[in-house]
Amino acid sequence: MDKTLLISKIKDGTVIDHVKAGMSLKVLSILNITGRENLTVSVGMFVPSKRLGFKDVLKIEQRSLERSELDKIALIAPDASISIIRDYVVVEKFSVALEDRVIGIIKCSNHNCISNTKEPIRPEFFVKSRNPLVLECIYCDREMFESEVLASL
Amino acid sequence: MIKNRSIASIDDISEDEMIEIFDLTEKMLSALESQKKLTPMAGKIMATLFFEPSTRTRLSFESAMNRLGGDVIGFSDVKSSSVSKGETLADTIRMAESYSDIIVIRHPLEGAARLAAKFTAKPIVNAGDGSGQHPTQTLLDLFTIKKEIGRLEKLDITLVGDLKYGRTVHSLLIALARLNATVHLVSPPTLRIPHHVLSAVSEKIDVTESDDLSKVIRDTDVLYVTRIQKERFPDSEEYQKLIGSYSIDPDVVSRMKKTSIIMHPLPRVDEIRPEVDTLPQAKYFRQAFYGVPVRMALIMLLLGGEF
Repeated sequence: MDKTLLISKIKDGTVIDHVKAGMSLKVLSILNITGRENLTVSVGMFVPSKRLGFKDVLKIEQRSLERSELDKIALIAPDASISIIRDYVVVEKFSVALEDRVIGIIKCSNHNCISNTKEPIRPEFFVKSRNPLVLECIYCDREMFESEVLASL
Repeated sequence: MIKNRSIASIDDISEDEMIEIFDLTEKMLSALESQKKLTPMAGKIMATLFFEPSTRTRLSFESAMNRLGGDVIGFSDVKSSSVSKGETLADTIRMAESYSDIIVIRHPLEGAARLAAKFTAKPIVNAGDGSGQHPTQTLLDLFTIKKEIGRLEKLDITLVGDLKYGRTVHSLLIALARLNATVHLVSPPTLRIPHHVLSAVSEKIDVTESDDLSKVIRDTDVLYVTRIQKERFPDSEEYQKLIGSYSIDPDVVSRMKKTSIIMHPLPRVDEIRPEVDTLPQAKYFRQAFYGVPVRMALIMLLLGGEF
């Protein structure tokens, strides 16, 4: 019996590894996976990891990720790595990237911010800190902390 | 050089640029006091777009531009503007850009000035956005302190009153964090400074928070008083009870240092007793007067006028 393999391999789909421990359900929510899509999904929570101490892992059959989904995952799991699987083989592997600016992904938590109106702009934030996550709205200067970012995803 | 730059926040102005503005303000002050007629802005037009009512700030900007020989266009009533027809701020700015050389904007939403700056190459000056920033008020506050105290460094400053909604206080606090001031925040518990404003400065300078003015009054160099608005309280009895404990009267002033000053962005209601007006510490009317030369200097530097 294999003592290390917690989650079985997938045939075709996406593996999201090195997700910050505790964030896997949020990743599923970002991907709009509710469990009723007839997709085979395996989730490993609080899995020991050399790099992160503990991590979450998701393996999703028959699903690829959109750019906007990757950007959102980068916000809550900046160390996440993505593997594209075809016929049990990793055909592509890359890390998500949290850029210096976050544009058009989340809304400002300040209800009185001009970016929350019908102006022809997209919400935009500076990444002030990556760990812990702190974003700053380029319009109203309001800081958004991880809990607010999570709530707005 | 701040020529052609937009000023949305006090952080858009560096220390050196502030010195440049204040040096020019001194010259403007002398020109105003000698009643010298100035025309460096002749042929230039300033648009004042006031999406929210304001008396002092708008008149002060308009007076500044007129004193420099320039012209002013604009509105101060949203009902009479195209905004009431549903126009976006971006479109209003594109329109105003083609009619003017510099745009002054006051808006009820935070971040409005920064958004405006995205849609024009002309300089935008924020004259107050929601409970956000009011950088020209901060400039005139700092100029008042420099002029009346003689320095901007190592100051002990007490901000008292409504620290929750008062944008002048938020803007000033950000500037004080850059000047290594010691700041005391005194307010009723319900009107404390918002967490996001405090967290931005508390790492940089010494800040204390309390609801008792008597603890800090003796050591303070600058007592900056703001208006506690009646409408922030559910019943007027609560307001009356509270306003008394924050009212500055001659007895409070007698406990202050002789060299200290009292400031207020005005309008004041009950928070400073009229008997205080004639005391040497009272500088709030002087402070309001400095609004014009400070804005003259800023307009000159933004538009590159020769003096």
